[in-house]
Order: sequence, then structure tokens, then C-alpha cells
Amino acid sequence: MDYSTFMIQSLNAIQYGLLLFLVASGLSLIFGIMGVINLAHGSFYMIGAYLAFGLAPIVNDTFGGGFISTLVFGVITSAVLGYLLEWAFFSYLYTRDHLQQVLMTYGLILVFEECRSLLVGDDVHGVKPPTWLEGSIPLTDVMVYPTYRLFISAMCIALAIGMYLVFTKTKLGMMIRAGSVNREMTQALGINIKFLYRVVFAAGVAIAAFAGMVAAPVSSVYPGMGQGILIICFVVVVIGGIGSIKGALVASLLIGFVDTFGKVVLPQAAGVLVYVLMATILLWKPNGLFKAGT
Amino acid sequence: MYSAVYLNIKVKKMNLSKKKILVALTSLYVGLASAQDAPKLKIGLMLPSSGTFASLGNAIENGFNLYVKEQGGKIGGREIEIVKVDDESEPSKATDNINKLIKRDKVDLVVGSVHSGVAMAMAKVAKDSGTLLIVPNAGADAITGPMCAKNIYRTSFSNWQPGYAMGEQAAKNGIKKVITVTWKYAAGEESVKGFKEGFEKNGGNVSKELTVPFPNVEFQSLLTEIAAAKPDAVYAFFAGAGAVKFVKDYAAAGLNRSIPLYGPGFLTDGTLEAQGAAANGILTTLHYADGLNNKRDSAFRLAYVKAYKMQPDVYAVQGYDAAQLLAIGLNATKGDVSKKAEFEDAILKAKIDSPRGTFTISKSHNPIQDIYLREVVGKENKFKSVASKSLADPARGCNL
Repeated sequence: MDYSTFMIQSLNAIQYGLLLFLVASGLSLIFGIMGVINLAHGSFYMIGAYLAFGLAPIVNDTFGGGFISTLVFGVITSAVLGYLLEWAFFSYLYTRDHLQQVLMTYGLILVFEECRSLLVGDDVHGVKPPTWLEGSIPLTDVMVYPTYRLFISAMCIALAIGMYLVFTKTKLGMMIRAGSVNREMTQALGINIKFLYRVVFAAGVAIAAFAGMVAAPVSSVYPGMGQGILIICFVVVVIGGIGSIKGALVASLLIGFVDTFGKVVLPQAAGVLVYVLMATILLWKPNGLFKAGT
Repeated sequence: MYSAVYLNIKVKKMNLSKKKILVALTSLYVGLASAQDAPKLKIGLMLPSSGTFASLGNAIENGFNLYVKEQGGKIGGREIEIVKVDDESEPSKATDNINKLIKRDKVDLVVGSVHSGVAMAMAKVAKDSGTLLIVPNAGADAITGPMCAKNIYRTSFSNWQPGYAMGEQAAKNGIKKVITVTWKYAAGEESVKGFKEGFEKNGGNVSKELTVPFPNVEFQSLLTEIAAAKPDAVYAFFAGAGAVKFVKDYAAAGLNRSIPLYGPGFLTDGTLEAQGAAANGILTTLHYADGLNNKRDSAFRLAYVKAYKMQPDVYAVQGYDAAQLLAIGLNATKGDVSKKAEFEDAILKAKIDSPRGTFTISKSHNPIQDIYLREVVGKENKFKSVASKSLADPARGCNL
């Protein structure tokens, strides 16, 4: 591998890692702060992608279009959905054991998949990137890098910084962190923990859906797209430390590099490398790289 | 029917002469009954109706039903009854699913499936139990190779076939050095093997075989490898969502401008809507194409559109031909599934008049068929030429 190929592969790795972070951070939030194992998180990613596919023509007709306005509408829709789901289902799960959480969220996957099948069908659909991001940057004499992929990375970085600031610098972040450590004590201090959880959950869903929407032009939308990403997201959360946003970022980038270079250097073992990484890190740090709330 | 069974049980207690009379009477009774209302032919349809391959399963079922409808709802003179199972394209559940059909529902034969892993498990059960099995898609070479059996038929293709034809074609186009890329699973590896065989036999050289774990769709690192190696062409095996993403990523990386992309038909079949302009000009090989311009195909397409309000695809054709093959066999045995030798005889002799063009069934029970070279033009896989005439799978490991 020469120098320029190495640099391009590193770029690929970072870009993939950032996208993973975008999906996994929502999962880490819900898992770490509320203690709910949410298998349906991949479905929220899928819902986001299908929103990008389904909302674009509607937004186009009523508001004259625009990629950004589709994104905004999608985020609002999914946040509302998340809020309602928390109220109807997840709020009953906090005190239950993990098996019941797994059962219910698995049930939700089936429901979402069936709804998707009824509403949109089982075909693969493409989503067009906005025209102002359709260009590309030449890398070598035969290869170019699409601008849209850079845009995805930029969005991921912006979100990572945003989440970090909310978590560490704001009162809301402080309440969330307090709630994750001791639910009863936080409540005793006069904080409406029910409402707080509802907001966190809605945010987690919105972030996953946002990731789906942003990724849709690159990944296309197709049945079962949520399941594939769910597993790797759990790996991210476990490596990074449950409930740690910083951990999720570091773990995502680690996986991005291992996966990208693994495919090229060790193609026979590419399928298991990520899990070997997980096992190694857990042997060294059984609770993941970072503590919750960081 | 029930009374006949009842009589048979009582027979044991009687003396010989009475027994003979009763046996004669019983068979007469059964004979009469079947002449008046032959029991329905029970067909187990084991296809995916959920998951990634749901739309493929749907198309196969539609095609199958269309042929049955054209025959007035009867096959081999028998009314049919269909028992459906959703196999979810899940190999781990396949053995249970087909056993349920055979043992619980007592079907006369099974048609399925799309996923090769599922079909392999089905073939194993069919081989052991002797149940007639018609495979309307799954291309695993082994089904008509080492796993082949008197009672297992396939109306689609073997993974080797389109690959081999494309290998020959690529060499013919003056391509010398190729990189192949596929998911690391049986179908992809068999397809690449076929390509390599056809390509290297005609003087080409596969310089590198890239793989991605199935069903991973992160291709960027492989595209970077391809760009660095600069081959004359790339041969890619992907299907469904993976095919959409690969073709789009390939174009987005600008590789399609300097390195032509080849593949078996699945790379661009049923996916063109999603692939859009990125797929334009891609050459693929398959046993079906748009714009074949034969009468049989036009009639089939018209009838299909009328019945289901959508365009048929290669999967619908394969389902249609599965029903056709069954009818040829059962017409020869007058609807009797148990007469396996006569059933096979009729099928091996038949020229099956398919929308894809006429084909025959090989000794190992795989189609001997023309493989077409197609080019993506707009939203169609346009017929370009016949890449390989009457191509038969080598059926390695089959002793039929």
C-alpha cells in the first residue's frame, strides 16, 4: 500500500467511523442513561432513511423542496414519534428486567418492519443527494471522492461537538447525567425525571433517524437495513462504555479503522476482526473504554 | 376415501378369498373416486414473504400462479391447493419449515426457494424423503451438483452459468486483467469461480479476488484498492440492496469512467430504479433480458401486467417455468406424483417454451439455456447479444 492509498483508506475509515458514531450515540444515550436495551434502535435508523425517501417529494410539493427542510421535518417527525413511543411503551420498561425489554423492543422491530412493508413495499429505493452536494473531488487519476460523503462527516462532527457541549456545559446535560446515576435522588431534588427521560428518548430516536436520513443517499433504503447496523452499534456501545458519548466516538473510529483496513489487509478474517477487537478491549477493560456520562 | 381405509383395516381379520374380493372392491372404489374427484394436488410453496428477498418471493409466486391460472387452475388434470410458508430467507429455520410442509401438511411436492442456504437445506430433506422439489431461483451449484437427485429440479440457473458466460464475453471484448469483488458467501464465490474459468480459458487473467463479509455494504476500501490497481475491468457479484449500493458507490468514486463494470444479471436486475444513472452502460449476463422480442415473452409480459399491475422480472419467469415444468411432468404421469421415472423422462425430453426462450433440462436437472449479454439503458436491461448459446452447467459431483 503506497502513501496516497493509505491516506485515502484512512479517510474512508474516518468517514465510516463517524457515520457509525451518529447511529450509535443515540443507542448509547438510551442504553446508558435509561438502562433500556433497545433492539428497535436500528428500526429508528431505518425509519429515518425511509423518511428521507418518503418526505422529500411531499416537502417538495408543499414547501418548494430543499434537502435541509426535509431533514428538519424528518427530525421533528421522528422526535415526536420517539416521544409517543416512550409514553406508550418504553416508560413501562425502566423497572422491568432486561429480558422483558428485549422482548418488547424485538416486538417493535417486527411491527416497524411490517409497517414499512405495507406502506412502502419491499423494493430497494435510491435517494438523490441534493444537487448542491452532487460534485466530487479528484483524489487520484481514476478515483474521485463524492462531496456528499464529506458532508456526512461534517454533520457527524457537528453533532458530536453539539452533544458533548449539551452534556457537559448545560443544565439539561447535568440533569441527564444525574438521572443516569441515581433516578430517585434526582427526582427528590425536584426534577421531573419522567419528562426528562421522555426528552432523552425522543432525542435518541431523532438522532438515529437523522443518521438514517443523512446516510440514505449513500446507502439507499431497503428492508432490514436497521438490523445490520444495530449489531455493529451494540459493539460500539460496549467498546466505548455504556452511556458514554466520548466512548462511542472513540469506539466508532476504532471500528472504522479496523473494518476498513481489515478488508484490505486481512480479507479472510474481515468478518470477525471487529469482534476480536471488542473481545480484546473487554478483556482489558470489562466496562468499556469510558465511564457513563462522559 | 375414508371408507376405503376403514375396509382395509378390517381385511386383516378375514380369510383369504374374502380378502381378495375386498381388495378388488377397494381398488375399484378408489379408482372410481379418483376419476370423479381426484384429490387436490397439494403444493407446498416455500418462499420468502418477509425480509430482504420478499419481493423476489412474491414475483416467483405470481409467475407460478399465472401459469396455473392459464391452465384453468389445474395441473396434470388435478385441481391444486397451495400451502404457503414464509421461509424468511433464514437457513437455520429451513429444515423445520420444509419438514412441516411434508409431514404436517402432507404436500405432494415443494416449490422453493430464493436463498441458496435455504434451498440447500430443502434439497437435503427432499433427497432424504424423496419428495419432489422444484427450485425456482437459488443458484447454488451444489443443488444440481453433489446434492443432485432424481426428485430435485431447478428452473432458474446455477451460479456458475452467468459467471462463465461473462468470462468468455469479457475475454472476447479484449479485456486482459480483471479484479473480482463479491460478498464472501457461496453464491458470490461460485459466480466468481465461473467467471474466472470462462475468462482464463480464453486468455484473461484475474489479478485479484476481493471479498466483503456478507451482508456488509461498506465498499469504499475495496474501491480504493481497485483504483490503485487499475485493472481493465471489474467483475462484481452483488444482489438487492448490496448491488444498488455497490453500483452507486462505484459511480460516485468515478471508477465507471475508466474501468468498465461487469457482472451477472443480479447486479442490475430489479434494482435499476434505485441505481438510477449510476448503472448506465453496465454489461451483465443472465438467462433473461428486456427486449427479447419473442412472441412467448410478449404474451407473458402482457398477461403478467394485466394480472398483477406490475412488470414481470426474471424471478417471475422462473416461477412461471416452475409451474410449466411441473405440468410437463404431471401430464405424462396423469397427475401421479409418485411415478418419478416417467415424470423425469417427460421432463428430460421436453423443450420448455419459456418467456426467456426455449430451454431443456440437463441430466442433473438444471436448465441448458442461452445466456444473454445485456446492457443497462435507462431503466432496462436491454438484450445485446447471446453471450453463450445453450450453456450447460458442468454439474461437477453429480452422478445422475
